[in-house]
Amino acid sequence: MKIGKRKKEKKEFKPNYKTLNIDGTRYKTNLTKKFENRKIYTSPDDKKMISFLPGTVIKVFVKEGQKIKMGDNIMILEAMKIQNRIKSSGTGVIKSIKVKEGEKITKGIIMLELE
Amino acid sequence: MSLKRKIRELQKRREKARKGGGDKAIEKQVSMGKLTARERIIVLLDEDSFNEYDLFVEHDSRDFDMDKKTLHGDGVVIGTGTIYGAPICIFAQDFTVAGGSLGLMHSRKITKIMDHALKMRMPLIGINDSGGARIQEGVNSLAGYGEIFFRNTLASGVIPQISVILGPCAGGAVYSPALTDFVFVVDKISKMFITGPEVIKTVLGEEISMEDLGGAKVHSEITGNAHFFAESELQCFEQIKRLITFIPWNNSRKAKAVEPKEPRKKEYKIDDIVPDNPKQPYDVRDVIRSISDDSDFFEVQERWAANIVIGFGRMDGKTIGFIANQPLVLAGVLDVDSSDKAARFIRYCDAFNIPMVTFVDLPGYLPGVDQEHAGVIRHGAKLLYAYSEATVPKITVILRKAYGGGYIAMNSRHLRADFVFAWPGAEIAVMGPEGAANIIFRREIMAADDPDKVRKQKVKEYKDKFANPYVAAAKGYIDSVIEPQETRNLLLHAIEVSQNKSVGGPKKKHGIPPF
Repeated sequence: MKIGKRKKEKKEFKPNYKTLNIDGTRYKTNLTKKFENRKIYTSPDDKKMISFLPGTVIKVFVKEGQKIKMGDNIMILEAMKIQNRIKSSGTGVIKSIKVKEGEKITKGIIMLELE
Repeated sequence: MSLKRKIRELQKRREKARKGGGDKAIEKQVSMGKLTARERIIVLLDEDSFNEYDLFVEHDSRDFDMDKKTLHGDGVVIGTGTIYGAPICIFAQDFTVAGGSLGLMHSRKITKIMDHALKMRMPLIGINDSGGARIQEGVNSLAGYGEIFFRNTLASGVIPQISVILGPCAGGAVYSPALTDFVFVVDKISKMFITGPEVIKTVLGEEISMEDLGGAKVHSEITGNAHFFAESELQCFEQIKRLITFIPWNNSRKAKAVEPKEPRKKEYKIDDIVPDNPKQPYDVRDVIRSISDDSDFFEVQERWAANIVIGFGRMDGKTIGFIANQPLVLAGVLDVDSSDKAARFIRYCDAFNIPMVTFVDLPGYLPGVDQEHAGVIRHGAKLLYAYSEATVPKITVILRKAYGGGYIAMNSRHLRADFVFAWPGAEIAVMGPEGAANIIFRREIMAADDPDKVRKQKVKEYKDKFANPYVAAAKGYIDSVIEPQETRNLLLHAIEVSQNKSVGGPKKKHGIPPF
């Protein structure tokens, strides 16, 4: 049986190794792009309500200064062809509402802040 | 009509149908740097081996003025041929005909050749180059995709299935390649995604190019959807041909053996590859090459999750699947992606009677919130499942570190490795000496006047006692502590005496692996 030509194997040694700490031991190694670009964890802030879907704000039910409880309806966000009822993720007084009715918003923005 | 005239008419019809979408469309295809569907097949298969079927198939849809349109071969070419003598069923979507869009007859041609491949137990290669569903045919088009996916699943683990992405492959269409064993992509030509840039822009307001969303680099480096990356279509075809030499025609056969060859010992000196210090990196592929026939190693998914290395080589002329931790990248840790990558490869080798050799050198699992939240428990479990479940001969060589859960996961005796060997520098322990000493001797270290001095002393004590292969050897968890120089001969022996391996577990319909 014949076998196709072998590609010349290039050595990919990069001499500037980084260190990676596993269980207290520091290993010399290369890091991957994916590892270096990983999201550093921050704990969620329940005073801030962040959009988890992009869409259009259809209706806002609440006003600044209003007292709301966790689970109260605060707005309707049309996203992915569905009118989604957005409920409050915290209890408190609304400090500011950052979106307007009719506004198109992206994912990951602050929609509302509690005091 | 005389027979001669009839033959002439046949020739005319053939010529016309083979033109596909016509000169203009072919010109456009070429201008995109792509070969045409038939050219691709001819280049890939052995010379003069291709026979095309269903050349005269046409669609019969009537809506949206489709009845006035002739689509030659309905936008796909199917047939049989050989690669290095191995029988092959092949289909190639023809982008010059209605953008290679998939209608009912198009899908019937594909499923016809798939059924043939499964019935005849021969490998199937699918070349994807299609704009997606033929909207005019509505639900018939969706039915077509569904029939293809079902057959991909039915044939999985019975015949090798290879997908080649040489153009767009978008929406539901991506799931046929995703269900197959190996996906080949070509730089700047392959594009795969579920929802394209336009939809993402309108729905999400995020702007991204096709290349950055689902180009060849993305799928071979970030998502792991692709197994082989090539710079050109021709290079891609060479890769496919090479893969075909390593794998059997179906699951009841073994891969064809070739003339055995000794490794190139001058280039790959097995004694000099692995540094003594467990914190120092090296390229584990050099260890594979130092023991494989002709030092040949055909790596799979080279660019993705490079902290584990998988691929094919040969020993005594027979195909072996190699799995190895790669200290050169992320210290060779196991994580979400590397567990996923190795687990699937192990299941491939097991399904197709390819013995496996595993080289172990890892510090454990990658710590991090991102890893935990990405499900390293679920993904990591795939590796344990795949090794435990595999019934082909499976042999392990522990080169250096084998710590903690990583030791268990990497084809340990406990998961039913048939042979486990360790080099004299192997450290088989519950964790690295630094971590272990800090936990075991915490009080003594904290209470000491000079904690650093005591720590160092305790680390050394632990190292002397446990950082070696002899504790595990004393329990029979490893079969033999060997010199690096002895590795190839021992592996050859182990493979030889394992060739009639026969094991069976409890009867079941199928297990429930942590997919």
